[in-house]
Amino acid sequence: MNVAVITFPGSNCDQDCFRSVELAGGSPRYVWHREQSLGDADAVIVPGGFAHGDYLRPGAIARFSPIMGAVIAFARDGGLVVGICNGFQVLCEAGLLPGALLRNESMRFQSHDCALRVERSGTPFTRDYRKGRVIRMPLSHADGNYYADPETLAALEATGRVVFRYSDARGTVSAEANPNGSLNHIAGIVNADGNVLGMMPHPDRAIEEALGSVDGLPLFTSLVGSGAGTAAHTEVA
Amino acid sequence: MAAPQPRSGDPPITPDLVDEHGISPDEYREILAIMGREPTFTELGVFSAMWSEHCGYKNSKRLLRLLPTKAPWVIQGPGENAGVIDVGGGYALAFKIESHNHPSAVEPYQGAATGIGGILRDVFTMGARPVATLNSLHFGDLDRPRVRYLFSGVVKGIGDYGNCVGIPSTGGEVYFDRGYEDNPIVNAMCLGLMRKEDLIRGTAEGVGNTLMAVGARTGRDGIHGATFASEELSEGDDVESRPQVQVGDPFTEKLLLEASLELIASGHIVGIQDMGAAGLTSSGAEMAGRSGTGVEMDVALVPVREQGMTPYEILLSESQERMLVVAAAGREDAVREILEKWELEAETIGSVTATGTFRVLEDGVAVADIPALPLTEGCPTYERPGEESAEVRNLRQMDISGYMLPPAGLEEAFLAVVGSPNVASKQWVYEQYDTTVRANSIERPGGDAGVIRVPGTNRGVASSTDCNGRHTYLNPRAGAMGAVAEAARNVTCTGAVPMAITNCLNFGSPLKPHIRHQFREAVLGMRDACSYLETPVTGGNVSFYNETDGQAVYPTPVIGMIGVIEDLDTIVRHSFRGAGDAIFLLGANRGELGGSEYLYAVHDLVAGEPPRVDLQAERALQRCLLAMSSRGILASAHDVAGGGLAATLVESCLGRPRAGDGVGASVRFTDDLPDAALLFGEDHGRVVVSCAPNEEERVRRVASDHGVPCTRIGTVTVAGSPLEIETRASTLRLDMDVLSDQYFGAIPSVMNQAV
Repeated sequence: MNVAVITFPGSNCDQDCFRSVELAGGSPRYVWHREQSLGDADAVIVPGGFAHGDYLRPGAIARFSPIMGAVIAFARDGGLVVGICNGFQVLCEAGLLPGALLRNESMRFQSHDCALRVERSGTPFTRDYRKGRVIRMPLSHADGNYYADPETLAALEATGRVVFRYSDARGTVSAEANPNGSLNHIAGIVNADGNVLGMMPHPDRAIEEALGSVDGLPLFTSLVGSGAGTAAHTEVA
Repeated sequence: MAAPQPRSGDPPITPDLVDEHGISPDEYREILAIMGREPTFTELGVFSAMWSEHCGYKNSKRLLRLLPTKAPWVIQGPGENAGVIDVGGGYALAFKIESHNHPSAVEPYQGAATGIGGILRDVFTMGARPVATLNSLHFGDLDRPRVRYLFSGVVKGIGDYGNCVGIPSTGGEVYFDRGYEDNPIVNAMCLGLMRKEDLIRGTAEGVGNTLMAVGARTGRDGIHGATFASEELSEGDDVESRPQVQVGDPFTEKLLLEASLELIASGHIVGIQDMGAAGLTSSGAEMAGRSGTGVEMDVALVPVREQGMTPYEILLSESQERMLVVAAAGREDAVREILEKWELEAETIGSVTATGTFRVLEDGVAVADIPALPLTEGCPTYERPGEESAEVRNLRQMDISGYMLPPAGLEEAFLAVVGSPNVASKQWVYEQYDTTVRANSIERPGGDAGVIRVPGTNRGVASSTDCNGRHTYLNPRAGAMGAVAEAARNVTCTGAVPMAITNCLNFGSPLKPHIRHQFREAVLGMRDACSYLETPVTGGNVSFYNETDGQAVYPTPVIGMIGVIEDLDTIVRHSFRGAGDAIFLLGANRGELGGSEYLYAVHDLVAGEPPRVDLQAERALQRCLLAMSSRGILASAHDVAGGGLAATLVESCLGRPRAGDGVGASVRFTDDLPDAALLFGEDHGRVVVSCAPNEEERVRRVASDHGVPCTRIGTVTVAGSPLEIETRASTLRLDMDVLSDQYFGAIPSVMNQAV
């Protein structure tokens, strides 16, 4: 499975995503934002960071990077695309995912572990997770407060497109367990066709016991279809 | 070659102008001797910057020579952009700490942000990729609105800059005391890793090689920042000093970082240096000075942000995110190509010469020509006698035995100490910093030391910054020794071997005898501790003139300690793990309360003899801890420092914020000491460890083999149980939820309120 990891000027998590794909058994490759083609990629990751310095607002300039034309076409053709953190913001700005990420309710940058409830296990990104499982990974952002208009939000819920929700360690959602004020406690969503995922927390920072959690690895094993994550899943479940 | 002539519009060189440049009459005579003629206005500006306290170390250099700087593992000692040590496995670590106190006092957000920017550049110009930052921050008391403004601005500045560049913050310290009311101490430290063979230095080797200005354009900001950092602030400086504070752009920094590392790996360049304090002047002169060569540059070729800049302004600008690069002759286009990929500029501005001079042209006309070595190394140095202030001596010699009884009782005092901002959790601060980016943060902030993994290995680098300002105020020598000892103990608690330090020496005006006394004593204390503990000094920074209207900060020699863990599987964490585990105290209780958090928080007093340091005992303790961690017999280890045993026990029980892994504990002390001295004393040389019941005998044996006192003080109890402490005189039963609110809630409750 060839995975293109897009690098914008200002991407900070490209190496973390690269390594996550490697650990999951896939073949990652960096693709510089000025390139026009994704080559032989079977999947695309838009990593975290501050693409183009987040000038104007996160993702607003990155969507105009030359490679984004290819990413949008790839997604429209049904290709698998994952946006993590800044990548999620870029995918929203590029119109591949609905809604927007507003400034955190605290008005501060927040960096800490969070718990997420897996709402869907049937997607190409979560097949190595069990539905309802609570997973733990770091989040690190200033603009992670998910917003969409009421109709969009209702559609997301009605069609089961909310993939991850902020919760407490027991899987209960509450205002206290919501780190940034996201509507409906949304941490990650997929598009209508189910082939584009955006999420604010960092599975790419939860891939080894030494880092405190391996709960992010099944996302990458799901993506590359190696099945290698199922073992890790059972181990920690 | 034609000697430089004054430019039209240059002011005449008068004694007043010389004085305005911070150059004394004696120093000016020295300049005349070096030049053999009157300097031009441009040259005077260059001397002023290079011979400022900030660049020239004129009041510190002689004493700093006393510090140990060598060890077999030290690859680069003081004098370069950053120190470098061998951390094994083919890797070298570049690291350094630097102050940004003066700009932060005036404009906290940009002051702190550009401090991070500068220290990152110092590290990546050595060829190392920055992998971690730490910050040592000292502020006044949080009940003052201006302190809250400075504190929140500094934290946001650090966060916004470091987060954008994508370097994890792994630790540091935040300290509050009225001694820092008007002059916050903002010290930033950076660690960078490289393969040993990738090391590059800030040199201008090879006559005929090309000087290139790289990165951001040069503007009029920060002119004479180095000289500004060498003066004390006064009322009204808020407004007047603003043009001397630079503005940072972390996105450009990120591009510059990636471009520089690519440039270094490409082999197209022979030297690279940050245009930091004193900008193009210091980078050009220092690179030439180190190599014994000369440089010639034409300021008309330097990319500028605004028109009409004079050579004086271009040479002294401290615009951020700029580098001076020495490219191998003929490789200029290849250098430019790499910079263009990262959307940055690189312009040829001059070349390396054999003349030994720092020569500057403007459109081909000479405007400055100064011998490089006297400029960088010839700054007159002073060592004038100092004298302890009577005020401090009286405070130190004060009898504090009358303060053993907390007025509102022991339990109230316990809660006050645990909830004092110095002891309380700094979660509010470090959760604004990205602590996990790059996926190598093995131990995040909140423990004794941060630990970063060397990518692709199972080797770790531990780091900690420490300085208890109250201790150094009351006794600078003991305080500085204590800072080294505590920093070493902190990294040792994680299982790392202490290797080397970088230091940031923050003091008042060296023109005052009592400040000179503080400085000398602190350097001597540091010398003794670093020599004995075999942790040489590889570089750092001196920041004098941290004064406002004559009131100096506490002497604050911040120690940034580096340790190495060969095998990350042996890492030890600070929090208790399993109920039933045995709790031991390593080291002896002496009940030293001088300069303690207890006296400050409960009696509003800064007095007494601060804890003394027994270096022999300290080293034995370190070796003992390392023997225990390498054998894998410890469940936890946590240093005893500010707030004493009370703070250590609470932190060991509470675990990490948000982790929900807290436990209780039941402990008993038989020491014949007053309760306050026992629970809140800040005596050095102590660590609280825990182990599984079946390892108890081994823990006792290893301690006895190392001659370290080892006392079983209690047992870890299940989550939900209280912290029970029994002394000869009292019994405390403290609810963990109450302690948790005190410890985690203290700073947010002040900072999250409406200003």
